[in-house]
Amino acid sequence: MTPRQLWHRLGSPKWFYHMTGPWGSGFLALALLLLSIGAIWGLAFAPPDYQQGNSFRIIYVHVPAAMLAQSVYLVLGGAGALLLVWRMKMAALVLETMVGFGMWATALALFTGAVWGKPTWGAWWVFDGRTTSTLVLLFLYFGLHALRRAIPDPSAAGRACALLAIVGAINIPIIKYSVNWWTTLHQGATFKLTEAPAMPATMWAPLLVNVLGAYCLFAANLIANLRNAVLRRERSTQWVREMVGLDQPATTR
Amino acid sequence: MLAFAIQFRRDWLCLMRSLDDAVNPLAFLFLATALFAIGLGGQSERFAEMAPGVIWVLVLLANLLSLEGLFRRDFEDGALEQFVLLAQPQFAAVLGKVAVHWCASGLAMTVLAPVAALMLNLPLWVVPKLLLCLLLATPALSLIGAVGAALTLGLRSGGPLLALLVLPLQLPVLVFGVSATLDETAGLDAAAQVYWLAAISVLAVTLAPFAVGAALRLSVEQS
Repeated sequence: MTPRQLWHRLGSPKWFYHMTGPWGSGFLALALLLLSIGAIWGLAFAPPDYQQGNSFRIIYVHVPAAMLAQSVYLVLGGAGALLLVWRMKMAALVLETMVGFGMWATALALFTGAVWGKPTWGAWWVFDGRTTSTLVLLFLYFGLHALRRAIPDPSAAGRACALLAIVGAINIPIIKYSVNWWTTLHQGATFKLTEAPAMPATMWAPLLVNVLGAYCLFAANLIANLRNAVLRRERSTQWVREMVGLDQPATTR
Repeated sequence: MLAFAIQFRRDWLCLMRSLDDAVNPLAFLFLATALFAIGLGGQSERFAEMAPGVIWVLVLLANLLSLEGLFRRDFEDGALEQFVLLAQPQFAAVLGKVAVHWCASGLAMTVLAPVAALMLNLPLWVVPKLLLCLLLATPALSLIGAVGAALTLGLRSGGPLLALLVLPLQLPVLVFGVSATLDETAGLDAAAQVYWLAAISVLAVTLAPFAVGAALRLSVEQS
């Protein structure tokens, strides 16, 4: 099967449901494995920081959550474009189910940041560039959630959210840049594409494992949510009724 | 261009015949400025450093208040359905509509801002730069706001939802606007922030009308 064919088939709810069962459990297993390795390695074996001592270890939760928070919004923006331009049914379901995941990832990033900030910066909350843009991201997620709740018709709600997600995704870089205009207190990104991390490998390697684990968790969550949404949405079709045993399969009748 | 001119003329006439709707958000701007002055204790020496932030936040809020009426009347009397069905380019027509809103909201606030600045004891030499920034920034406020107004059109929980959708997207305008005004007050060069405000407005003029058009079509289809 060429990638093009795979892409088209992913747009079919029935095919998606039958194909992705093993993918979902695969990603979940991988996520649990990576997150356990990362957590044990990071919490028990990575060396303590020379200034912050052990409190730096919250980075093993904070950075994966913050990375997910941004990536999920970009995924939502991408799904919005797919829905509005190509009318892809599965994109509507992505947009419908993953707002909550992104919201929780953002909230977790903010919470862990606050817990770490208190002993390190001396304050639970500081309005600096990166914290503020994450806070605004949380409000963008709230907006998506509230807009969906406010529009009664699901398909209209889906398209309205798609539009909002695209507008938001275009705005995120501008928001990030504008709040970075303030002199920022937050340290730079741990992982950059252009240079090696500033911390030693014994510290960043478990973090990398956790980041990969978090993305696997996202994939597992995405697939599980999509499968549930497909079932709910297609509940009156023949193949779903046959699968849950409401109808006899057509061949035996 | 013709679509822009026709739409602008038509909305301008509507505006002139119902000026009250446009005046209320401006009245709010001054009322809220007075509330801040009173709430901060009324001692005008202490206002100067807070004045830029207060003015910009109130401009954002007054603009937000004016947005609810942007499409509502057209939506209720059915003119919006005709608007969506127009054969002429939607982009230009949306821009014409938002331009009239900007005259009634952004431009009017820019003209009236010196009064608010005086009420809050902002140094006089800062006022020209403040006006320039407002002039450059308010088109972006109207355009970003129009996307939100079009999306929430006809929804029961319109007002608070509109605020939740629009204000986070307008944050960059607030940041650069306040930063430019503060720098000017401190005697620093604020050219970079002014360029940024202009850039945001240009980007909004280029992209937002597409989003507004799509959102209006959605809202009309639902009703």
